[in-house]
Amino acid sequence: MSSLAQKKGFGAFIWDYLTTVDHKKIAILYLISGGFFFLVGGLEAMMIRIQLMKAGNDFLSAGLYNEIITMHGTTMIFLAAMPLLLAFMNAVMPLQIGARDVAFPFLNSLGFWLFFFGGIFLNLSWFMGGAPDAGWTNYASLALASEGHGIDFYSLGLTISGFGTLIAGINFLVTIINMRAPGMTYMRMPLFTWTTFVASALILLAFPPLTIGLFFMVFDRLFDANFFVVEMGGNTIIWEHLFWIFGHPEVYILILPAFGIFSEIFAIFSRKRLFGYTALVFATILIGFYGFMVWAHHMFTVGLGPTANAVFALATMIIAVPTGIKIFNWLLTIWGGSISFTVPMIYAVAFIPSFVAGGVTGVMQAMAPLDYQLHDSYFIVAHFHYVIVGGVVLGILAGTHLYWPKMFGTMLSEKLGMITFWFFFIGFHLTFFIQHFLGLMGMPRRVYTFGADQGWDLFNMISSVGALFMAIGVLVLLVNVVLTQVKNVRVGNDPWGDGRTLEWAIPSPPPFYNFAQTPLVRGLDTYWIEKMEGNKEGMVYAEPLGDVHMPNGSIIPLIMSFGMFVAAFGALYFLDDTKPWALAVLIIGLGITFGSMLVRSLKDDLGFHITKEELIEDAKRGGNTDGLK
Amino acid sequence: MDLNKRYTAQSWPDHPETATLEGKNKFVGFWLLLAAETVTFASLFATYLALKDRGPDASEFTAAGLFELPLVFAMTMILLTSSLTSVYAMHHMKNHNFKAMQAWLGITVLLGLTFLGLEIYEFNHYVHLGFGFTTSAFSSAFFTLVGTHGAHVLFGLSWFIALMVRNSKRGLNMYNAPKFYLAALYWHFIDVVWVFIFTVVYLMGVIG
Amino acid sequence: MAHDTPEKIRSHAEHEYLKKKRSTEMRHQLTSFAIMIFLTLIAFTMVAAGFSAYLIVPIILLLAAVQVVLQLYHFMHLSNKGHGTVAFFMFSGMFVAFITVLALVTIVWW
Repeated sequence: MSSLAQKKGFGAFIWDYLTTVDHKKIAILYLISGGFFFLVGGLEAMMIRIQLMKAGNDFLSAGLYNEIITMHGTTMIFLAAMPLLLAFMNAVMPLQIGARDVAFPFLNSLGFWLFFFGGIFLNLSWFMGGAPDAGWTNYASLALASEGHGIDFYSLGLTISGFGTLIAGINFLVTIINMRAPGMTYMRMPLFTWTTFVASALILLAFPPLTIGLFFMVFDRLFDANFFVVEMGGNTIIWEHLFWIFGHPEVYILILPAFGIFSEIFAIFSRKRLFGYTALVFATILIGFYGFMVWAHHMFTVGLGPTANAVFALATMIIAVPTGIKIFNWLLTIWGGSISFTVPMIYAVAFIPSFVAGGVTGVMQAMAPLDYQLHDSYFIVAHFHYVIVGGVVLGILAGTHLYWPKMFGTMLSEKLGMITFWFFFIGFHLTFFIQHFLGLMGMPRRVYTFGADQGWDLFNMISSVGALFMAIGVLVLLVNVVLTQVKNVRVGNDPWGDGRTLEWAIPSPPPFYNFAQTPLVRGLDTYWIEKMEGNKEGMVYAEPLGDVHMPNGSIIPLIMSFGMFVAAFGALYFLDDTKPWALAVLIIGLGITFGSMLVRSLKDDLGFHITKEELIEDAKRGGNTDGLK
Repeated sequence: MDLNKRYTAQSWPDHPETATLEGKNKFVGFWLLLAAETVTFASLFATYLALKDRGPDASEFTAAGLFELPLVFAMTMILLTSSLTSVYAMHHMKNHNFKAMQAWLGITVLLGLTFLGLEIYEFNHYVHLGFGFTTSAFSSAFFTLVGTHGAHVLFGLSWFIALMVRNSKRGLNMYNAPKFYLAALYWHFIDVVWVFIFTVVYLMGVIG
Repeated sequence: MAHDTPEKIRSHAEHEYLKKKRSTEMRHQLTSFAIMIFLTLIAFTMVAAGFSAYLIVPIILLLAAVQVVLQLYHFMHLSNKGHGTVAFFMFSGMFVAFITVLALVTIVWW
């Protein structure tokens, strides 16, 4: 079954990635597609800022502007930030807990392809009669009135990619629950693993309401149902609730893994154990718990009544407490450490004041009466960009630099990294800080232009210049990536020199079976402990060298996801009289999906074994060959 | 894992469903899925409750006027019984009695099919009364909630049938034991949802 | 390796003991089934008898809850060993389910 394949052709290389169930390769797929959508979303952002550069600009029409802001938000949240974080979770979490793969390698691949086809479907709207234009929150009162199929692309695309995310969440949870190496107790798990765990739990419980809301939206628009149709007895507020019951935990799904990445960075580059590890863990869990009880603060002005507003205002203020605990723990981790200001560390240090600024404006908005004033103004835009960009995106950029060597075996240039950082960081504050004041001056959110007499010209101009800075930063990062991969200077196990957790104890990139022998974990910061005790191998083993069981690759996940993609087109044109083939397409698509599901369950797939001899041979070659298959 | 390995009742492990790592993973993963399903159905129930009896001004259809209990009672009894028969099937699975397990699963499937038939009859009946999916907000919410449950029943039945047919020749092994176990768990969960449907939708519907 | 289960062949006595234990368990399952049927009957009868809605609603909701507990703990073995983690997630799911329903029955119409 297993043989040593050496040189592979290009076709075989592509086929390998299409059929892979290896969490490290899936991580790379997530990184590439998430990165691509990040660029798309960034392009949309640039167009927004060009349009708002001066008063009365006509770069974009009002309708196109609506489509672009909708797609900017949707793309950035669902197709860029989440997949990029899933990329790091996939790449690092199994290594951190000493596992050979995730619990369900097949489902891991399925999750990726569902996300991928959902994202493609959503973006095809640009070429097929117009993108969604009701904002990323897609409020039903607007969405039902929207012409064309834009909204349908939104609801069907997000349904498909939402299934993918749910699958990924379950997969990570089971991996962490069942597949930790011997000795890796819950309270010895690295913080990134912990945040992956809690974020996955949030995915598990938050995505179903979104899926149901999206289904209602699909039914209403494409199958003539009446959930949100007021004259038929429907209620549009139901959408808002379902959306935000998902939407608020979603914020934490995004920020918690970023917190995890920063926690790793602070410890590594301060060369200190994380201060208050236990407090950090419990703060993470508390944030996850409270995350479900604050959603209505997005709906203060809906008119829920004073009691509901008061309850949700209070809950929202409380959630700032565990976040504050984290900030202090990070500061105290740096305190007295032997700090090295590498690119990841500089991102982490910059993250603290940026995120705190976003957090403080968040607490301001938690006061319902004040929120009535701030609501729907640029103040809100500034606030959530401060938390999302200042928290999540800085986390993703930091993580890219930190984990690049582990994922690809090469180091991104520190020099170019610094240039990226300064452009991005200055550009970010330039863009969004001033938007607080634009909001206070009364500039409403989601307007496609403004008048010259309103006095918003200068600030908007500054904001647009800032966006340009960010764009330059991202471009430099791209150059950095290309140069690094062209130079292809290989690095060893622990390229930063101060790695603390298990992933730094194995080659970069790791062999596809990760650990020839399952490690034995003797405490928090496993690898650090072994290093300090002079253990040259970097870990102690829980088992003698023996045969390793690995899963087989499969093309079925791709086909299954493709079936959903096809079915979505059928649903899209279901009511369209000029397209009588729609029902057939819907049935064929679902047929492909369920058919391949049946094939998968009827066919035995027991995986294969790598023999002990092959492992020894592989170790002789440096243990990081990708060719064993 | 060796598929050809033969087990006897005496060498069959206590908990075959979680005896292998794959089994354990499936077991935990499936329960997590059920937790997600709980929230899914909660969203559907919540929407149903919010939209109950709401329709256009001229709408004549209300829960109190529409639902009839005898049919629902029969459906409830059938589904409850099928939950018990799948417990019997799992009892025999643990005793490594493949034939008895298949037989009880067969009964479960028959009961499930009957349930599904009655549900289709019920829906058809409502549609003929003029209460279709697109009639009102109430009708959309009702058909979506109960229909989603029905879709779960259909999926559960297909799952049982696929497992029974696929494994009819080779009997129980460590590879398929977790699959049977999870299918049975799924079936119980469907029953749990139905308990709330008959209480919240039908019983509370009839009393208005 | 984790993928190979060490085979343990039970002695005859052990086997008989286990079989007996399982039959007892199965009898308990039958009892809970009988209780479920009984509870269902009560619920339907109460509605058919036409008591006041204020009396019926809380009672049938309670009966439903009891039935669900029986299903989860007996039929689905949620109380058994090794179910701790999944029970935690199940309860978290119920918690989110509860607040979702609560919100949509209280603050959607006004």
